[in-house]
Amino acid sequence: MSEPQASTKPGRHRGLIARLILFTAGSFAFGFALVPLYSVLCKVWETGNRWYGTQTARSDVIERPDVNRLVTIEFIANIPRAGDFEFAPTVTSMQVHPGKLYQTTFHAHNLTGTPVVAQAVPSIAPSSIAKYFRKTECFCFRPQSFATSETREMPLRFIVDAELPPDVDRITLAYSLFDKPQPANTP
Amino acid sequence: MAHADTHALHAADHHDDHKPHGIGRWLFATNHKDIGTMYMVFALIMFFIGGAMAMVIRLELFKPGMQFVDPGFYNSLVTSHALVMIFGAVMPAFVGLANWMIPLQIGAPDMALPRMNNYSFWILPFAFTLLLSSFFTAGGGPAGGWTLYPPLSLQAGDSFPLTIFAIHMMGASSIMGAINVIVTIMNMRAPGMTLLKLPLFCWTWLITAYLLIAVMPVLAGAVTMLLTDHYFGTSFFNPAGGGDPVMFQHIFWFFGHPEVYILILPAFGIVSEIIPTFSRKPLFGYDAMVYATASIAFLSFIVWAHHMFTVGMPLAGQMFFMMSTMLIAVPTGVKVFNWTTTMWKGSLSFEPPMLFALAFLFLFTIGGFSGLMLAIAPADYQYQDTYFVVAHFHYVLVPGAVFAIMAGVYYWLPKWTGHMYSMTLAKWHFWVSTISVNVLFFPQHFLGLAGMPRRIPDYNVQFTDWNMVSSIGGFVFGLSQLLFVAVIIQSARGGPKATAKVWDAEPLGLEWTVPSPAPYHSFSDAPEVH
Repeated sequence: MSEPQASTKPGRHRGLIARLILFTAGSFAFGFALVPLYSVLCKVWETGNRWYGTQTARSDVIERPDVNRLVTIEFIANIPRAGDFEFAPTVTSMQVHPGKLYQTTFHAHNLTGTPVVAQAVPSIAPSSIAKYFRKTECFCFRPQSFATSETREMPLRFIVDAELPPDVDRITLAYSLFDKPQPANTP
Repeated sequence: MAHADTHALHAADHHDDHKPHGIGRWLFATNHKDIGTMYMVFALIMFFIGGAMAMVIRLELFKPGMQFVDPGFYNSLVTSHALVMIFGAVMPAFVGLANWMIPLQIGAPDMALPRMNNYSFWILPFAFTLLLSSFFTAGGGPAGGWTLYPPLSLQAGDSFPLTIFAIHMMGASSIMGAINVIVTIMNMRAPGMTLLKLPLFCWTWLITAYLLIAVMPVLAGAVTMLLTDHYFGTSFFNPAGGGDPVMFQHIFWFFGHPEVYILILPAFGIVSEIIPTFSRKPLFGYDAMVYATASIAFLSFIVWAHHMFTVGMPLAGQMFFMMSTMLIAVPTGVKVFNWTTTMWKGSLSFEPPMLFALAFLFLFTIGGFSGLMLAIAPADYQYQDTYFVVAHFHYVLVPGAVFAIMAGVYYWLPKWTGHMYSMTLAKWHFWVSTISVNVLFFPQHFLGLAGMPRRIPDYNVQFTDWNMVSSIGGFVFGLSQLLFVAVIIQSARGGPKATAKVWDAEPLGLEWTVPSPAPYHSFSDAPEVH
């Protein structure tokens, strides 16, 4: 369709359009750059799933029990895709002294009918004290393989740092057990 | 300036009105007025589709207990209502107004990129067909909320890929529209029209367009990550693979907060055009308005986490986002002050556009105040996810953005059609809408403060009374929009001839120098601005 008013000389806008398209592409890239940026900020602020602070073994643990103080630790087990697993803490809560190493276990039973690899992801409340809750051993540090119908007690060794803020008397540690994601096309 | 050759090119042009005929005129449209009209009509249709969804929502909420729809369908309605109203009604209406008015206001013959203008419009009907067709797939329409938070959004049925692709297409359309607006305003202003002589509607749109190209690609990235998490085994948001669902909220709201201003800055522009006209005074503090708009746009990038105070973030983070959010009240206050001061000692008259602009001024400010309340992080722990939030954002979006669009339509309609419309009917539309919109949304503040959660199809009996009031307001508001359609159709069909100036005032701006209706081809010769 010929418009009577081709008001613009061809190419007149080209430079500006190129810059705006570049700007748009930059914005798209920035959206993805937020992913590593988020991980960095989580590490700096010691919070969020991308920190991994509650999902990696800590070696900087010194036992200095504060026998005058007791903190309640509650354990919760979640199965986001219910029915695949039986998953529960062996004890639902413990009274612990800050600065002392403790051990407990979680119980898991594979009901999927096939061998499966599962990954437990921890979450801690209040989230602001995550850095005081240190694990020397946890089933969440690596994926767990289960044979068909296998039942297993999975260990957790932890220490609550003696520097724990005095107003905290109760900590809740929750685990969600996920099927380890498989690459596409491999069920 | 390139205007010299524009003059040369058009010396031979006739100022006649020949336009293409038949369906081709619309399918292959490159004329900014035709495309603007199509955008406006599309937005109006979407406004009624989204409105019909809202009517069903209010019907279901009229009484406690499940009445008409099942909870899954209710959730689909809530999700689609938001997507349709935001991306289908408000944004296309603003783009339509930009298409119609920006070339007329800056003295340009058309938008800079007419062919792309055609594409950016025609993408939209396909995008919304895709989105709405998802209602007929297994599992129904998208039901995880328009914010698409994983893991819930990933658990949707076949609607999931349709929703994602629809959002990709809406994004592409918005980005093309934004690039067109920027190039038009930067390159095609009439000689003498410096940036600080630009009408405020153009200024606010210029800034909005930059916001669009800054954040729509981020949304595209976020939904692409959802798509690959769902189908290609990535773990951006899947904790089992080391991802974090909270990260989606950060990325989404990095888009989402500037998006909120994309929905309101052009409204500021429209109101800044209308209030001076009907106060018969120039706008008070033009420069301050421009700088305030730019400040709001800048601040919009550093406040996003106020949408998610309760996800668990460091105290310092909550403090930062709380303070930066409250800072936005300063430039917004400047704007409200300037609009009010423009009217001070003005010779006011209350035609329909002015009435809608005044309602905007009052009611948007109420929405702004509840926004300030929500910005207080500790208070937000009480308000979050309640009807208080619903009341807040509907106050800024309905008597805010939508009223400003209606004000703009009533202001420029005679310029588009060449006919004056019935002031009586338009005033009826105004009063019924304004009263009912408050009956609809004001009680939702009370419901929210009393603890009624949002996004639920059923509620505790203690919330019944205010829900009934709110629903009645909703039905009246919905029906009163038929008056709006009646006025538009009436004006399109005929009526008293409108003069070039249209209003019994001295409206500033180049759009009032062309006859009404604005000829199919205007400003083939660039006007001089002094």
